[in-house]
Amino acid sequence: MNRFDLIIIGAGPAGLSAAISAAKNGLSVIVFDENSKPGGQLFKQIHKFFGSKEHKAKIRGFRIGEELLKEAEDLKVTVVLNAIVTGLYQDKEITVKIGEEICHYKGDAVIVATGATENMVPFEGWTLPGVIGAGASQTMMNLHHIKPGNRVLMLGTGNVGLVVSFQLLQAGCQVAALVDAAPKIGGYGVHAAKVARCGVPFYLSHTILKAEGEDRVRGVVIGEVDSSFQLIPGTEKHFSVDTICLAVGLSPMSQLLHMAGCKMQDTPLGYVPVIDENGETSIPGIYAAGDVSGIEEASSAMIEGRIAGTKAAQYLGFLTEERAKETTAELELALDRLRKGMFAPENRGKKIALTDEGIPVSESLLTNGYLDETDLDRFPGIAKGKGIHPVMECTQNIPCNPCQEACPRKCIKIGDTITSLPVIDKENICSGCGMCVASCSGQAIFLLNEDYEPGYASVTLPYEFLPIPLKGDTGSALDRSGKEVCQAEIIEVKTLKAFDHTTLLTMKIPLDMAMKARFYKSRGDSHE
Amino acid sequence: MRIEEHPILGKPEERKVISFIYDGTPLSGYEGEPIAMALEAAGIMIHRYTRKYHKPRGVFCAIGRCTDCVMVVDGIPNVRTCITPLKEGMVVQTQYGVSAQEEST
Repeated sequence: MNRFDLIIIGAGPAGLSAAISAAKNGLSVIVFDENSKPGGQLFKQIHKFFGSKEHKAKIRGFRIGEELLKEAEDLKVTVVLNAIVTGLYQDKEITVKIGEEICHYKGDAVIVATGATENMVPFEGWTLPGVIGAGASQTMMNLHHIKPGNRVLMLGTGNVGLVVSFQLLQAGCQVAALVDAAPKIGGYGVHAAKVARCGVPFYLSHTILKAEGEDRVRGVVIGEVDSSFQLIPGTEKHFSVDTICLAVGLSPMSQLLHMAGCKMQDTPLGYVPVIDENGETSIPGIYAAGDVSGIEEASSAMIEGRIAGTKAAQYLGFLTEERAKETTAELELALDRLRKGMFAPENRGKKIALTDEGIPVSESLLTNGYLDETDLDRFPGIAKGKGIHPVMECTQNIPCNPCQEACPRKCIKIGDTITSLPVIDKENICSGCGMCVASCSGQAIFLLNEDYEPGYASVTLPYEFLPIPLKGDTGSALDRSGKEVCQAEIIEVKTLKAFDHTTLLTMKIPLDMAMKARFYKSRGDSHE
Repeated sequence: MRIEEHPILGKPEERKVISFIYDGTPLSGYEGEPIAMALEAAGIMIHRYTRKYHKPRGVFCAIGRCTDCVMVVDGIPNVRTCITPLKEGMVVQTQYGVSAQEEST
């Protein structure tokens, strides 16, 4: 039997963060992970994260993963890979399958950070090759450089469905449609908008009726459902696709906690252990952190991990209660700031009609994936101005504020509550540097210049596709729904290290298109 | 199909090309990538057939949880191809039920 102060199960964002906190306080820590590489799902996340600086906002997920690994390595944390923890027993003893051997370890404290597993939904033909999890397609594209298919239909419009659809487009796949049985898009509006402006249609209140094909997926039939999720006859629609992606939620992998005898509960966030604000379960010295304690996201998982690591240090006497409290109090505030706004855990499943500012939300954004032109005037970030100025199509209270910090002229104000909508400060004049455009994790900021040339405006937009258009290219400007609305000429292409692979394209368009045109399509490109 | 260049991830790092045998046919892939990825790149999606109804199965979760992608690898059945690294000369076979032999019905 091998003994450690602290055993951590899972080397994802929560587990690694917990290991770092604990090791910093002098604990001997061992981390087990069943995968061949550490980092959990972080290395599949190629989008910029939300939140504020303390949550590592505007940094892409895989870079955060690299930072965590480096930190853990510097602290000499032992991470055992290809190691499946098969049991968590009394007195914090565990059995681990490493290769063909079952090994026995004992810790004085245990942190379970096993994460979650993808849900699936059965329909006729759902077992055909070509029906895959959304996470599977991320694994293929972003870890192994493989296109999961040529033409994909996505089921599920939560953040996973939206983000992965965009990543499919980035990998060069076509996305035929996004489908959800719910009447409203589940994820962030800004994530939906960046997919919609590429021309991908949303079908809300629709579900998959069947996947077609004998040997593999050749097509899919969807149909509209009523409010009790029953098919409305005659609403069937057919798509020729070779891949169907399922993004229908995640379930905590909490079996080890259940097995250890921790008190469990069924919640909207999954079957999870009952924990206190520090992640401690009903068994003293056993903690849960990350998705295993309730489905959220990597940003909150990392903070939960750090809290659990700190509390484990206190539990074992490596930290005084006061010192531990100092650390966890700060972390809890950071966690609290992330859990605010329309998508806060407590708002799950609720219908929200007004923003925190009292502005009616855009119904079009919730059903079509893009803002209707009649929505624009009522949001504080979308203001007309003289000369070049930012237009922030950010209309939901989500925890995010990199734009405020990005602007060197302080034109953008969010304030201390990071879920507030951004407001333009007209006292300060925009220089057109584009830092806000590149910093917006939701790609919802554009620079507009209605005075570019008589009769013409310029629009600067974030662009994360290949090939990158060249200055002087002409193509089409697309509106928020992805419809071609006019000709566009690329007048500037800006790529900076600080933009982190977000290219800023500036296109010249007729003046009357200034509030319509939001994307650029080269001749011959087709995303849908 | 392989992604030659990605707007965020750039070009994949240089990897060693190796050969392996799939159902008697020589194929190539990159050393160390999951077997399933080399098959996907070659356009092969059927990994196995179920025993009772002879239904095709392929990759589903790609992280070693669902076991839909198992095949017979170097004579051993039920190998999760989505997490098993590809090696030079590996013999990969479609799995029928739990063997590499198609049962006569």
